Amino acid sequence: MPTTLILVTIAALTVVGYFLGRGRAVEVAEGRLARLHSVPSYHGAFVALWAGLPALVLLAVWILAEGPAVMALVLARLPEALVAVDEQTLSLLRSDILNLAHGVSNGRAPDPLISDAADFYNQLHGLAEGCLVVLGAVAGLIGLKHARSRITRDLRARNLVERALNIALVLCSLVAILTTVGIVLSLLFEAIQFFSMIPITDFLFGLHWNPQAAFSGDAAGSFGAVPLFTGTLLITVIAMVVAVPVGLLAAVYMSEYAGPTMRSVAKPVLEILAGIPTVVYGFFAALTMAPVIRDLGMAAGLDVSSQSALAAGLVMGIMIIPFVSSLSDDVINAVPQALRDGSYGLGATKSETIREIVLPAALPGIVGAVMLAISRAIGETMIVAMAAGLSANLTANPFAAVTTVTVQIASTIRGDQEFNSPKTLSVFGLGLVLFVVTLILNVVALRVVQKYREKYD
Amino acid sequence: MMKIEVATRTPVGDKSLKCQSIPIKIAAMKVDVYYGAKQALKAINLHVENYRVMALIGPSGCGKSTFLRCLNRMNDTIDICRVDGRIELDGVDIYAKSIDTVQLRARVGMVFQKPNPFPKSIYDNIAYGPRIHGLAQRGPEMDEIVQSSLERAGLWNEVKDRLNEPGTGLSGGQQQRLCIARAIAVSPEVILMDEPCSALDPIATAHIEELIDELRENFTIVIVTHNMQQAARVSQKTAFFHLGEMVECNDTEEIFTNPVDERTQGYITGRYG
Repeated sequence: MPTTLILVTIAALTVVGYFLGRGRAVEVAEGRLARLHSVPSYHGAFVALWAGLPALVLLAVWILAEGPAVMALVLARLPEALVAVDEQTLSLLRSDILNLAHGVSNGRAPDPLISDAADFYNQLHGLAEGCLVVLGAVAGLIGLKHARSRITRDLRARNLVERALNIALVLCSLVAILTTVGIVLSLLFEAIQFFSMIPITDFLFGLHWNPQAAFSGDAAGSFGAVPLFTGTLLITVIAMVVAVPVGLLAAVYMSEYAGPTMRSVAKPVLEILAGIPTVVYGFFAALTMAPVIRDLGMAAGLDVSSQSALAAGLVMGIMIIPFVSSLSDDVINAVPQALRDGSYGLGATKSETIREIVLPAALPGIVGAVMLAISRAIGETMIVAMAAGLSANLTANPFAAVTTVTVQIASTIRGDQEFNSPKTLSVFGLGLVLFVVTLILNVVALRVVQKYREKYD
Repeated sequence: MMKIEVATRTPVGDKSLKCQSIPIKIAAMKVDVYYGAKQALKAINLHVENYRVMALIGPSGCGKSTFLRCLNRMNDTIDICRVDGRIELDGVDIYAKSIDTVQLRARVGMVFQKPNPFPKSIYDNIAYGPRIHGLAQRGPEMDEIVQSSLERAGLWNEVKDRLNEPGTGLSGGQQQRLCIARAIAVSPEVILMDEPCSALDPIATAHIEELIDELRENFTIVIVTHNMQQAARVSQKTAFFHLGEMVECNDTEEIFTNPVDERTQGYITGRYG
């Protein structure tokens, strides 16, 4: 509660600080605002920052430091015999005190000594919180007053405020970067642990994937990931064969031929396609597409399993169509009208202009779009899990059931796992491979797209 | 070289009467252009003579570029644009149903304000037009068209060693000459130029102006320009446009020394525009 109170106080102080700062700036300008280095709202923001930031920092430090400090005081009051023990007993003692203090009973009658300590803890804690409210308010007021006294005509308030904003922006991007780094590192360390059990060459080049067999002793021979890689490749290729031509031609139609009414209807519909959850595509693939393909295959005299790479790939292709088409649509629209005019001016027809001028000019962007679509297809899990199955077959036959890297990861990490078996750790190896492949694809795609941008800006 | 004939058609009584001269390549009669509800050109009558340079001058927004784009039906690409009246090329109405814009634009080429080379090699930039019109197949025949077009555009010596490099890598002036060469390559009869030098420095401009003068031997040229000195240097006839009307059309010398209309005088002496 006091934390909320102090936050509200600080917020109020910043608002007050803003108006005081702005008012003070107007005052020192003596009627001519142009005399100020910065416009008054920057002075206001400057004072608001001084009122808010130091108090917030104090709050953060206090919250982090208060618990241990109070606990140390409590422990100091306890008899020597209770405290002079090893670290583990001490931490048990601490949690006993904390539990009592927070009113959590462990069912036993509490030791009076500990009960006293808990009371003392609560007393100190309450005191500390009271102090915090006062200190926070004081810090805010001091900051406010300090900043307000610094306001002169020449104060470079804009520069100072913008520097503070700059730092805030850097912190935000650091969060994203550090999270990524953290994930990659954890992936890497676990993968290294996995490769210490299963040789990396067996993993990357082995032809047999059967993690269940690891429990019956034959660990080394059952983690060959090649069937997973080929399964992923097969499904991705099928998906791209569907998505790239359809998406690209749809984009050409949309940007070059469609009238405004058509476009205003078709574009949102395509975007709805992009908004359908993949799990819905998944059961569409498994319950509608796969049986249809099986029946068609049987009618044609082919042996088609009821879970097939073809069904998963086709549906995944449909899922990716809007991805390809909307990205391509953007790059096609970005081709300058001057190029089209130049071509028409030479007497070229619309289709000649599109084939010979617009598409080549947009090609880098289209390649980028396709690359991004590929990395999306590689990372797709749900559709494959539902429609293509779990059996790791090493085959290029689109009518057979195959499985992919992502599906294996998903199916292995279900439920409770023991964390040092090679079966569980194998997902980190797979994840690492997946990560590296999609990273390379994304980097290449971004490069290509960038090169394209440089040309027309 | 030029035949002198009596004009077959006399425009309906107005100032453009002074433009009657012989032989006439393009004749515009009572041309109105609308962008949606807004009228951009009002009853334009104008004759362009064969193997001459006609300059269209006037303040921004006066409709001179709009008129230029009517002559090869580039305005067709703008949905809301509507053209009324009659424009004839060699006596044939180019807005007739039987006219194919593709063939029309092969006869009436265009060079734009901003150089717009295609993102292809210099060679392919030139070869594009002849190829789509089937004028030549790849090979020596095409090489010759490319070379002669570049020579006539005065660019050959500068680019002959790097025909396979992208056209976008040339300087602005070279790019514009490349665009002119590209237009020449389809052997049009008329070349429309929409402020071809406005994005260029004075030296590149001088190059293009010289080129225009040479091209007059083989092509009829209509050029829109903001630069009155340029109009005076390159053209034989000048038409002054103002607020969607064609105010005056006469021999260039006459227009600049002895304009009839007050508005023309005001514009060329720099009082407005």
